[in-house]
Amino acid sequence: MHYKSLAIEDPSELIFGISPKPVLTRSGMVIGGGTVYPELNFTLPPMKIDAGTMPEVRHNYEQIIAGALGRAAELDAPGVVIEFETLPPMTEHPAWGLEIAKILLEGMQQEACRSGLKSVLRMTPNDNREFERPPLMRRGRYWDAMLELFEGSAAAGAELLSIESVGGKELHDEALVNGDLAGSLFSLCILGERDMRFLWTNLQTIADKHGVKCAGDTACGFGNTAMVLAEQKMIPRVFAAVVRAITAVRSLVAYECGAVGPGKDCGYENPILKAITGYPMAMEGKTSACAHLSPMGNLAAACCDTWSNESVQNIKLLGGMAPTCYMEQLIYDCRLMNTARGHGKESARQLQRWFVESDAALDPQAFILSPESSVALARVIVNSDSYYHAGVAVARKAVELLREAYGQGKLHIEPKEVAWFDTMQDDLDELPESESEFIGRQLALADRSRFLPQEYELKG
Amino acid sequence: MNEQHPLTQAVVDGRRKEVGALVTQCLEAGESAGSILENRLVPGMMIVGERFKQNEIFVPEMLIAARAMKEALKVLEPLLLVAGVKPEHTAVIGTVEGDLHDIGKNLVAMMWKGANIEVIDLGVNVPAAKFVESVKQHKPQLVGLSALLTTTMPAMRDTVKAIRDEGLAVKIVIGGAPITREFAREIGADGYSPDAGSAVDTAIELLRATA
Ligand code: B12
Repeated sequence: MHYKSLAIEDPSELIFGISPKPVLTRSGMVIGGGTVYPELNFTLPPMKIDAGTMPEVRHNYEQIIAGALGRAAELDAPGVVIEFETLPPMTEHPAWGLEIAKILLEGMQQEACRSGLKSVLRMTPNDNREFERPPLMRRGRYWDAMLELFEGSAAAGAELLSIESVGGKELHDEALVNGDLAGSLFSLCILGERDMRFLWTNLQTIADKHGVKCAGDTACGFGNTAMVLAEQKMIPRVFAAVVRAITAVRSLVAYECGAVGPGKDCGYENPILKAITGYPMAMEGKTSACAHLSPMGNLAAACCDTWSNESVQNIKLLGGMAPTCYMEQLIYDCRLMNTARGHGKESARQLQRWFVESDAALDPQAFILSPESSVALARVIVNSDSYYHAGVAVARKAVELLREAYGQGKLHIEPKEVAWFDTMQDDLDELPESESEFIGRQLALADRSRFLPQEYELKG
Repeated sequence: MNEQHPLTQAVVDGRRKEVGALVTQCLEAGESAGSILENRLVPGMMIVGERFKQNEIFVPEMLIAARAMKEALKVLEPLLLVAGVKPEHTAVIGTVEGDLHDIGKNLVAMMWKGANIEVIDLGVNVPAAKFVESVKQHKPQLVGLSALLTTTMPAMRDTVKAIRDEGLAVKIVIGGAPITREFAREIGADGYSPDAGSAVDTAIELLRATA
């Protein structure tokens, strides 16, 4: 492992607004330097995206950026992060994605001139590689188009590069619905790790060339899929929580390749990564219920450096267009955190405690991402000698923490979930010590119609 | 709880290794393959489906039962073929063009299979023309469309239209996070289900109406 020690050892220091290694933007925002910034993300209402509808698509984004930034200025936001997460056709046709990125950058520039509002653009091309089945991870038209969009937007002034990458996911969905920890470990710590390293090494080259920053990845397709499935009562919450702990091993790789944060909003594993790397992190919670439900609406804010809404459709609400309304909500959330910080360390810690206490005892996913648990899990990762071993160790630690908290009456677990502690423990106990043996075993089980081993430097 | 037939109970419990022998026992006792399927196995999956709907069990547990059912079918299928017994209903399902989300769709497909509907799964990113082609080829009574993106909802509309334009007599049911009953009505689909549990009820209702 690249990181051998923790940047943050004390859970009370794993706190909102402050990180040991802040990120300075061109407009002068210091993310992780004492202020929590709102981070807004938005998407289109029900509509098709093609050459014919592009004028309407453009109009949507012009309306979104003008409305949201105007409100941010009126509310005296200290600065805002705008995230542009593309929809599939916009990455497939990089010219479309780039056009919209430029619309957003222009809107940001105009607002800066008008009111002095500071802002920065996070560019998140969506990962189209899995349109090919089985996915081609390192070549082909989807890969080429995606890199072209990264490159074009970095050149145009998008300062933060992110992605929700999907390497290894072609086997992970199946692992989730089967409650299969070995399958999850294989997807995340073997396939995911390799794909992340390849992808982020490429992205770092682009970032260096244009003087921008790699910000970070998220295990959304893995951890959030599990979390949403658990919310829908499809899989046990305790299982989803353990999968979340494992995702940290995978998402860490972006930082090993040069990313400096802020980590991407929907990476609920970010507290563990902040403890390891010291880089600032975006987080989302209650104010992202517009995109998906979660069991940790307050707790997620405990160590955020930017606070996000994940994504909202550009539709009309009673208060105004939805992105404008969400900008306002994020700003008020941030004001509260920044006010607490303004009152000194003790006040900030008090608010951090309240965020944590209000959620941690009610759900295993929340419990596992509290500052205390995050530091404990982070420590296990940096003490491991390989990604596979880190994955197994962090899963064990997660089961141990959850079981202990449940035993002490500190954590509510549904009765029908309790048996899953033993199931997961048994599954972990059955894993081989040797990584090559593990890979051999999983390759024998993997559905070859779904994935190509050579895309991950594995021999078929 | 009612006393179940040992084979039914083995499916419910997901005792994969035991079902083969139990099926053989039933056959030796003179029960027909069709009757074993209909009266022993399908009721087992129905119980499991009901438990899942009531939030008593999770998907992994349901899949264990489904695998046990599959194991039993391995023994029965050759006999069913000889006897000319086929599932009464066929469904074609897929995620519409431009959309790769398939977890929800897969769950619906699994639940339909459990209810003894033959399911042809076209996968993800399926163009309207492929749905049409598949309906012509397999002559299903039911088509299931899934979409998770607001930007692929129009593809759902196009698919319904393409099927209708061909004059194909088939019931269409749709689902996915952004889908609503109103949207289903608006685009001319026959049914909508918010989740996999109720997708079975919707399917059965629509199939009854066709019968
Ligand atoms: C998991 C997930 C993914 C996974 C998908 C894994 C997979 N194999 O399916 C991955 C990571 C790949 C992914 C990718 C993307 N995603 Co996504 N994803 C989700 C998430 C979090 C959960 C979906 C899910 O699996 N739920 C669990 C299942 C069980 O529920 P379900 O799908 O709703 O299905 C149930 C019912 O709807 C119903 N049902 C479903 N289908 C059918 C069909 C029939 C016939 C019937 C009767 C019923 C039925 O029954 C099911 C079972 O109960 C949603 C959030 C959300 N609110 O849904 C976002 C979400 C849908 N994704 C979103 C986005 C933006 C994307 C990406 C563009 C992101 C990106 N930047 O990379 C890509 C697009 C890829 C593509 N071309 O499709 C947005 C959509 C925004 C919009 N404009 O609509 C959402 C809402 C999240 C957000 N950001 O707000 N995603």
